[in-house]
Amino acid sequence: MNLLEHQGKELFKRAGIAVPRAHHAADPEAVERFIESAPGDWVVKAQVLMGGRGKAGKIKMAGSASEGRSAAQEIMATPMPPNRQNPQGEPINSVLVEERLAIAKEAYCAITIDRTARKPVFVVSRFGGMDIEEVAERHPESIAKFYVDTATGYSPFIGRELAFRAELDPGYRRQFPAIAASLYDLFFDYGAKLVEINPLALTTDGRVIASDAKVELDDDALFRNPEFDEWRKSLPLDVDEMFAAQAGVGIRNFRRFPGNVGTMANGAGLAMATMDAVANAGGAIANFLDVGGGANAQRVRSCYELVVNNTGATVFFINIFGGITRGDEVARGVVEAMAQTTSRKIPLVIRLTGTNEEEGRRILADAGMKPVETMDQGAREAVRLASR
Amino acid sequence: MSIFLDKNSKVIVQGITGSEGSYHTERMVKYGTNIVGGVTPGKGGQKTPQGLPVFDTVKEAVDATGATHTCIFVPPPFAADALYEAHDAGITLAVCITEGVPVHDMLRVVGTTGGMRIIGPNCPGLVSPGKALVGIMPGHVFKEGPVGLMSRSGTLTYEVVDLLTRAGLGQSTCVGVGGDPIIGTTFVECLREFKNDPQTKALVICGEIGGSDEEDAAAFVAEHLPELPVVAFIGGRNAPPGKSLGHAGAIISGGFGTPESKIAAFISAGVPVAERPSEIPQLVADRLAVRA
Repeated sequence: MNLLEHQGKELFKRAGIAVPRAHHAADPEAVERFIESAPGDWVVKAQVLMGGRGKAGKIKMAGSASEGRSAAQEIMATPMPPNRQNPQGEPINSVLVEERLAIAKEAYCAITIDRTARKPVFVVSRFGGMDIEEVAERHPESIAKFYVDTATGYSPFIGRELAFRAELDPGYRRQFPAIAASLYDLFFDYGAKLVEINPLALTTDGRVIASDAKVELDDDALFRNPEFDEWRKSLPLDVDEMFAAQAGVGIRNFRRFPGNVGTMANGAGLAMATMDAVANAGGAIANFLDVGGGANAQRVRSCYELVVNNTGATVFFINIFGGITRGDEVARGVVEAMAQTTSRKIPLVIRLTGTNEEEGRRILADAGMKPVETMDQGAREAVRLASR
Repeated sequence: MSIFLDKNSKVIVQGITGSEGSYHTERMVKYGTNIVGGVTPGKGGQKTPQGLPVFDTVKEAVDATGATHTCIFVPPPFAADALYEAHDAGITLAVCITEGVPVHDMLRVVGTTGGMRIIGPNCPGLVSPGKALVGIMPGHVFKEGPVGLMSRSGTLTYEVVDLLTRAGLGQSTCVGVGGDPIIGTTFVECLREFKNDPQTKALVICGEIGGSDEEDAAAFVAEHLPELPVVAFIGGRNAPPGKSLGHAGAIISGGFGTPESKIAAFISAGVPVAERPSEIPQLVADRLAVRA
């Protein structure tokens, strides 16, 4: 789960990391009222998960209540423009009104998980305010990393060493080890996969302040912090995840694509390979769907409906390799789904092997369906039917 | 020979009286695995339907049976604790089947359980065909032979193994390393073991998008296994960036973990990459024939 800026900053505050004075507002009127009560120089920032707010004109200055109101109106009038990862863009449901900082320097500081080292890693650069990917390209020598031994945890030398190695402005040095300590605590206490401060601002009066906050929490650890349920509900809904949850499959198990060949397989690896098989056969995929292990009749039915109701599928390719998933159960699910569903009917191509495969094939044959033998055959047949 | 597991390995099951644990214990025993008992706190002294002793703690189980291996079927919040307990009791190899273990739990576990090899979590386990099976894999698709296999997924592994077996290519050991971002045993660590296994004459690496385990494996093959036939497959070539597909670890982010990078790494290491799983047996057979 990715957090919005104001949510991330709430966690920063709890961990003792300085953030700008701010007010979270749901509409332009609330912005106006707030600035009326606290006159001064403010920045109005769209609260979205997508990056590139500045370039999209979604961060604006406001020196008065009326300016704040019109800035918020302009920001919220249109969604964030789409990019490759977010082809729908992102609606803007709230803004953060924040103290305008007099910034002398901007740096970058983050902690994340290094998969290869299997350790938490700090990443620090004296270049802040731009994507770290861009820094890595333009100033790779400026990036200092520290891999933390989880048995030891954080110790202040780590922050000191990082500040020196990254050649942070001397103004940062005294405060940086404490900020890194807070970052590490936050990372572990809330089960974060990424905590990023970009930029970490040094103000002209010598304060070090987190000017932005990017926090990604581990979905698998959310059970430890039920307080985040409220935040989860307030986050912009990922439509695919919502559909998956409604169908009773894991939220990572369903993704839509623009094509017309619907797919379903048991197991994520096989589901990915099934998508690839359809593409290899010249078809366009309508979705990724992992039905999970131990798929029962009801689950298979809801998966069928998930795909036909929410994608442009004109054919549905079911690819089941029975390990613990029983072929007869899947077959019953398919037959039952087709008999009972009120959704539109599309042709099925079924590849079924593994535990109880003979019984599964017999059930399908009795219902007038004909299973195919291999994944490649199934993909070819599905693509043929889709292009009719 | 084989790696990690043979017919003499003494195996216990943590969570042996739970629904998953008892179901798969039955299957593992039927396969011929030397299961010597299990652990469910509070149920010590009972017997399983197969007549296996149940213990309250891993330490008691190890003391009574001499177990060296464990297979863990406990819910995600308790998986790290189960691994710590196994480590404390002197277990040398733990297979963790559990899906959904918090990634920070695994960070701590892998950093503090030196001396114990962990396979998984979120994995189907491992099998040395004809000898023993630990985990949830369907035993009937495997056949003893010369091909070592490692994979990040479950059912795709069965698919590939089934194709190999049908083509007459048996397996030495098959390792499902798991689909999570932080796993106990990576491809490279599997390769190190396979390198010293006389039974293994060829290797299949079933990778997928996300992380850099495949690139690391390719580099290891180029440097340490130049003579051994190795064939690779990468799942998820048609995945969009920024979204994980089923496996928490299968995600392309910030330009990392792309299929192009993995395929290029294998090709430059002299490892052919199959376009589809059905091509794998022929690629393996051709290379074995050249060597013979």
